[in-house]
Parts: sequence; structure tokens; C-alpha cells
Amino acid sequence: MPSIAEGIFNLIGRRTIPIRKNIHDASKIINDTFYWAFISPFKGKPIRLKASISEMVKAGYNSVPIVAIISLFMGIILALQSAYQLKKVGALIYVANLVGVSITRELGPIITAIIVSGRSGSAFAAEIGSMKAAEEVDALVSMGINPVRFIVVPKLIALMVMVPVLTVFSDCIGIFGGFILSTTILEIHPYNYFQQTMNALLVKDIITGLMKAWAFGVVITIIGSYQGFKVEGGAEEVGRRTTAAVVASIFMVIVFDLFFTTLFYYFT
Amino acid sequence: METAIEVIGLVTHYGDREILKGISISIPRGMTTVILGGSGCGKSTLLKHLIGLLKPTRGKILVNGKDITLMNEEELNEVRKKTGVLFQGAALLNSMTISDNVALPMREHTRLKESTMQIMVRMKLDLVGLSGFEDFYPSQLSGGMKKRAGLARAMAMDPEFLFFDEPSAGLDPITAAGLDELILKLKNVFKMTIVVVTHELQSVFTIADYVIMLDAGEVIFSGILDELRASDNPRIRMFLERKPEKEKYSPEDYFKIIAGD
Repeated sequence: MPSIAEGIFNLIGRRTIPIRKNIHDASKIINDTFYWAFISPFKGKPIRLKASISEMVKAGYNSVPIVAIISLFMGIILALQSAYQLKKVGALIYVANLVGVSITRELGPIITAIIVSGRSGSAFAAEIGSMKAAEEVDALVSMGINPVRFIVVPKLIALMVMVPVLTVFSDCIGIFGGFILSTTILEIHPYNYFQQTMNALLVKDIITGLMKAWAFGVVITIIGSYQGFKVEGGAEEVGRRTTAAVVASIFMVIVFDLFFTTLFYYFT
Repeated sequence: METAIEVIGLVTHYGDREILKGISISIPRGMTTVILGGSGCGKSTLLKHLIGLLKPTRGKILVNGKDITLMNEEELNEVRKKTGVLFQGAALLNSMTISDNVALPMREHTRLKESTMQIMVRMKLDLVGLSGFEDFYPSQLSGGMKKRAGLARAMAMDPEFLFFDEPSAGLDPITAAGLDELILKLKNVFKMTIVVVTHELQSVFTIADYVIMLDAGEVIFSGILDELRASDNPRIRMFLERKPEKEKYSPEDYFKIIAGD
């Protein structure tokens, strides 16, 4: 009959040992991904360029329509909401400042990252998970090909390029959405709106937004791939891991956003 | 008989469960060795150790005299280049055409020209009777054809060792017999060391030169085919004569167990 103390230690062990394994697995995949993406190309093991481009098309080009529509609506909503308050103080023209700054600094990167998490984060987990279930990952290893280099690195390159690109695109469309609403319903003169936006925006705002976007791309790739490689069983687990990938990447995107926003608040 | 692969005292666990209980075997060079055994006896696990996918808890695996369990990833990759594996479900990459699949090991490990590679791919596909299917995707092929394509890929680097995981699983008898014939042809033409993991008795009698039989994680037989036929080990006789395992309980006892009384 185990004593109470033994019971407590058992419980702690049962709860912490799996966590330790998860941390180990996650750090291994982060380590491998960065090694094969940034160090091995200088040791004569080049990145798969063709695969990276096809991933860019899948993750970037194909999400242009959805990013465009959501960003446009976001710009319009933002303009309406800020007008609701600003017209009380007769400062309607400041809608341009609010829309411009909040989209480039915050909403552009985060909306893009959430869309990419939903589209590509889930796709990465499902793709790698099914490859794992069909022994394709084992087959790569048995051919002497590192699966992280072969599967994950092209996805990482694609998202590191495409999330910032989509963010710039989202910024432009979002501001355009605010512009349309302000010049029609709020009856602000187009030239004034344009001037006001240009004055409000600093290069720093756009750069910090893009740095966030870059980090989000890395986070989404790593989480999607990590969940994919964790698949052990069949179809059911692929589904479970895909869901987990989306939830975890949206969560981590927000966590990183908080981190970067705090950092930029104090250091720029 | 020269030994190509030697396993000494191999012990392995999944979690707390011991799967292989101190296995020692030698696989002869230039012959077809069949690893035989019932479901769950640890034969697929043994295969995964032989190709370096899993690391054992204890024991040595000597491939050409070098212990692969002590190798780092880079050294292991050198061994893997000389090894071809046909997985149970063929494990072709579904996002690539058959010809890209077969060319993959060459693209990754050699600096051959694209035109040379295309010729090699055609040769390999011809060897397995799949010429003309270069531009098909794995999902467009039947089970038997996928296995042949997987074999062409395993042969891409002209390996010294060729491993098969349940080659006839999920195939009809005619297709399975065709695959067995292909294995025989490869052995005779290329003089490779072939290791086949299977429970298919008919296949064993067609292709095997040397047989290793596992039961519950232990080796119960190793020797040539005639010795297997002559063996009087009760487990081997049950396997060869397709006799079911004796029920441990009488129906009444079994009912008591499940009814919990």
C-alpha cells in the first residue's frame, strides 16, 4: 500500500514526464529546422528551392483572395468604429490616423497570421501527419534523407517570405477599405484622407509590423510541423493533431504578438 | 556462409514492454533471408532496427562488421545509401510522380545529370515491369503496382542490402506470386543480400534460402529451409501446419472471466 507521499510523487511524475518529452520533441524540431534552414546550406546541403516555391504558391498566392476580402472588411469596420467616437468630438479626419496606424502595427499582421494559421498551419500538420501514418517519413529516413530538411524547411522558407508579403498586401487593402468608407459615407475629401494617412504613418510602424509577421510565419510552421510529426496512429489522430495545430498556432501568434508589441513599445 | 549482418543480444522496449528479448542472429551475404513469425512477435520491430529507424535498449547490430547502433546520423546515412527498403504500404511520396519518386535518392545523394537520371529511372522501372508509368502519381496505381514502384525506388542506388516489410500483405495471390518471382530474379541477377519479413508461408517456400523464426520476441529457429521443414519444435509445427493456438480457457471459464464472477 503506497503512502500518501508516494502517491503525490507518483502523480507529479505522471503529469510531468509527458511534458518533459513534449518539450524535448519540440526543442528537437526547432533545433533541426533552424539547422537545416540556416546552417546546412553553407555546408553544401542546399535548400529545396523548387519545393519552397511551390509551398509559397500554396501558402501565399492562394490565400490572396481571402486575405484581401477580410482586410478590406477590417478596414471598413475599423473606420466605422472610430468614426462612431471621433465624430462626437468633431475629429472625423483622425479616422485616417487610427485606421492607418492600427492596421500596419497590429491588425494587418495578426489577421494575416490567423488566416495563414487556419490555412497552412492545419495543412502542414495534416500533410506531415498523413505522411507519418503512411510510413513516408520512415521511407525518407531510410533513404538517408532528413525529413525536416525535406518537408519542413521549404514550408519555413515559404512562410518566412509569404507572411510578411501578405501582411504588406493586407495593410494596403485594409487602409484602402478605410479610405473607401471615409470618402463616401463620412464624406472626407480623398486628398485629405490620403495626406492624413501619410502623415500618421511612420516607416517604423510598417517595419515592426513586418518583423512580427516574419516571426508569426516561423511560429506557424514550427507548430504545424511539430503536431504533424507527433502523429503515431491513423486518420483519427491526424484530425486531432490538425485541430491542435490550428488552436496552438493561433494561441502562440497572440502570445508572440503580446511579446513583440511590448518590446516595440519600450524600444522603438 | 559469409555473414553480412550480425545482431548480438538485441533488447528493445516500447514504453515498459519488452518487445525483443535478447535476439542474436546472423544474416548471410548474397542470400535471401526470411524473418518469419506470427503477428506481434516483433519481426517488424527487428526490421526497423536493422535499417536504423529505431535504436535498441541494448545490443549490437553489425553491418559489414560496423555497429550501426553506435553511429551518428551522418555515418548512418552512409549505410542507408547502400540499403534499399520496400515498406509494407510501399510508402511512395504521394505528392510526386513515380519517376520523381524513383529519382529521389539519386537527386539527393548523387550529382548525376538530369538526362542520366531519367535513363536510370526508366531502367529501374523496366526492371520491375512498370515502364510507361513514369508520369503517374502513386494514387493512380494499384496496390501491386505501388509495391513494384516502391521496389524500383529501393533499387535506385543499386543497394547492397534490400529489405522487404511484408511484401505480399494486402495483395491477391497472383500479384503476390509475381512479386516473389521479382525478388528471386533480383537475387539471381544482382547477388544482393535480401531480407524479407513475412508471415506468408507460401512466399517463404518460394524465396527463402535461409529462415529465421521469431516467437514472442525470441528466436526459436534459424537455418536453411530444409531444416525448418524437418524441425519438430511444436511452435514451428503449429505455424507450418496452420494450427490455431489452443484456447487458454474452456468456454465456461471464459464466460466466468468476462461476467466477472
